[in-house]
Amino acid sequence: MSLLEAYAQVAGDDVIAQLQQLAAPLAGSKAVHVNSTRSGGGVAEILTKLVPLMQELGIDTEWEVINGEGDFFECTKGMHNTLQGNRTPLGEHLLRAYEQTNEENAQRLRPTLEAADFVFIHDPQPAPLLKLCPRRKGKWVWRCHIDASHPFRPVWKYLQQFVAPYDASIFSLAAFAQELPHPQYLIPPSIDPLSDKNKALADAEVESVRTRYGLDPQRPLLVQVSRFDRFKDPIGVIQAYQLAKQFLPGLQLVLAGGGAADDPEGEVVLREVEAAGRDDNDVHILMLPSDAHVEINALQRAADIVLQKSVREGFGLTVTEALWKGKPVIGGDVGGIRLQVIDHHTGFLVNTPEGAALRIRYLLHQPESMRAMGVKAREFVRENFLITRHLREYLTLMVALLHGAQERIELG
Amino acid sequence: MGEQDFVGNGDRRGPFIVRDCALVALATGRKARLLQEFRSELAAIDAASIYHHFWGGLLQPRFAEREYNNDFAAWVRHGIHDPVLAERLAALHPSRFADLESLRLEIIELVDARLDEMEHLFWIRASQQFEFICSQIVVFDTEQKLQQPADLAAAIAGLSTSSIFYHFIDARRRTPGGEDDFSFWLGGFGADYAPLRQLLAGVDPYFGSLKELRDELAALFTDYFQGAEQ
Repeated sequence: MSLLEAYAQVAGDDVIAQLQQLAAPLAGSKAVHVNSTRSGGGVAEILTKLVPLMQELGIDTEWEVINGEGDFFECTKGMHNTLQGNRTPLGEHLLRAYEQTNEENAQRLRPTLEAADFVFIHDPQPAPLLKLCPRRKGKWVWRCHIDASHPFRPVWKYLQQFVAPYDASIFSLAAFAQELPHPQYLIPPSIDPLSDKNKALADAEVESVRTRYGLDPQRPLLVQVSRFDRFKDPIGVIQAYQLAKQFLPGLQLVLAGGGAADDPEGEVVLREVEAAGRDDNDVHILMLPSDAHVEINALQRAADIVLQKSVREGFGLTVTEALWKGKPVIGGDVGGIRLQVIDHHTGFLVNTPEGAALRIRYLLHQPESMRAMGVKAREFVRENFLITRHLREYLTLMVALLHGAQERIELG
Repeated sequence: MGEQDFVGNGDRRGPFIVRDCALVALATGRKARLLQEFRSELAAIDAASIYHHFWGGLLQPRFAEREYNNDFAAWVRHGIHDPVLAERLAALHPSRFADLESLRLEIIELVDARLDEMEHLFWIRASQQFEFICSQIVVFDTEQKLQQPADLAAAIAGLSTSSIFYHFIDARRRTPGGEDDFSFWLGGFGADYAPLRQLLAGVDPYFGSLKELRDELAALFTDYFQGAEQ
């Protein structure tokens, strides 16, 4: 079965037919995606499927990865953090490593990039490549996957010199967009329904994960999947659980997050979370490896309610994942969670642990309404946040770039 | 509206040419926190943004069961927390206006009138910023043609939701009387399909998903033509 056929089974034949029609005028064109890693992280996850899908649609698509060493990645990690608001300047030697690494990669990639009709540069790591490809003939697009709504200005100003000459940029939400002298497209991220993190699981698989962590299937389960980070408010989640448990003594809570070995702040938060949940056997704090996708999938499916009580959030793909699994979500009233959690329809937006506790109690006392929300939630994701929609918007943008800034483009 | 707006189904006597579209949103960089700021930005914003916040957004990732039929009303209700102005803005029927400029003037008029009524609205800071967005729409041919009105009954269920958007919602901006494409085409058959056009006029496309709209239209055409056969 081709990839397109596999996605047609999830998204619908009409969705795939539309992609084929939209891609027709782009057939034979050459597109290249460039990022900094082949595996691990959301960008690589998206490209793993987006690239072969574009190929199946007749677009000659390649995926190139830039190579770098310690100082380069230290610099780009710093850039990532500062674009998200961290106010730490980047040292001169790191910026030199950043530019030097891009120059070295340009030597290798220049022929491919200069010949391409479309080049998508993902995130800040490879951003200087455009300036290093003077004989480029195609359209170059900078795709920013980061919440850059409140960047540390000196770092943004530095990056801007590389990004400004692009033909267009893409941000995930309007609030993340920055002042740039070219069109800024808005394309929210998506989930891959066929990936390990989101594929359908047999009941036995979910059951085995329940058993592994000592979760009682007869009692209600709350799950939050996120890094141990203050912005995700794991302590607030425990407080909400404790407030709700006064009325629902059988309640269980899982806080599942990734390793925080290279993140001193993460370790501090994790210790605080462990201390807050120490005296309660129904609070399960799970440190899972970054490739525990099936386990995360099973935990989300085992949950009655998924929480994402963030106090600051980019888009919140863990919310999308939970909604796809038919779970109502109680989420913080911030960022992209607002786009996904609609009060009384797909879950509830909350501002405090008290608010979260109230909604937990409401949902667990209204099982019918919870089930109805779950059905609505899954359909909502099917129509809006699957990778097929993401691809459609990329294709639309590519066609639009070939036709200039006009508001309406009539093909054929 | 220019002649080029009638592409696709301009010939009301010929076959119905099924088209499809895809939309991608663009940031305008214009934002508002105060109602007064919103008014100033609205006065200057490209008309494409007004289109987007009334119609185009329906094709964007968002929850389909909308409380209000346009983004301006929703922001006034949930950002500014003024239900009165929100209700007035929600009552605007965009295809009743000759063009987007007239619609823009009417929105400004409603905002000004409300600011005159409630002075405190001048300085109330919205809990959420309003981001003006616009969009580019790509329209393409599906190579599907319907020869007779009765063909609509079988065809609708197979159309993509964006094709439904194009013919049933976007059309209101393109056709002379602000009609959907199906009604416009049926009008070319004289009075024969007047009852069907009336049924179509009764379908409100703004408060459900495009999938639900497709199902509603498919049922409407099927019932109509089955009834006609009997």
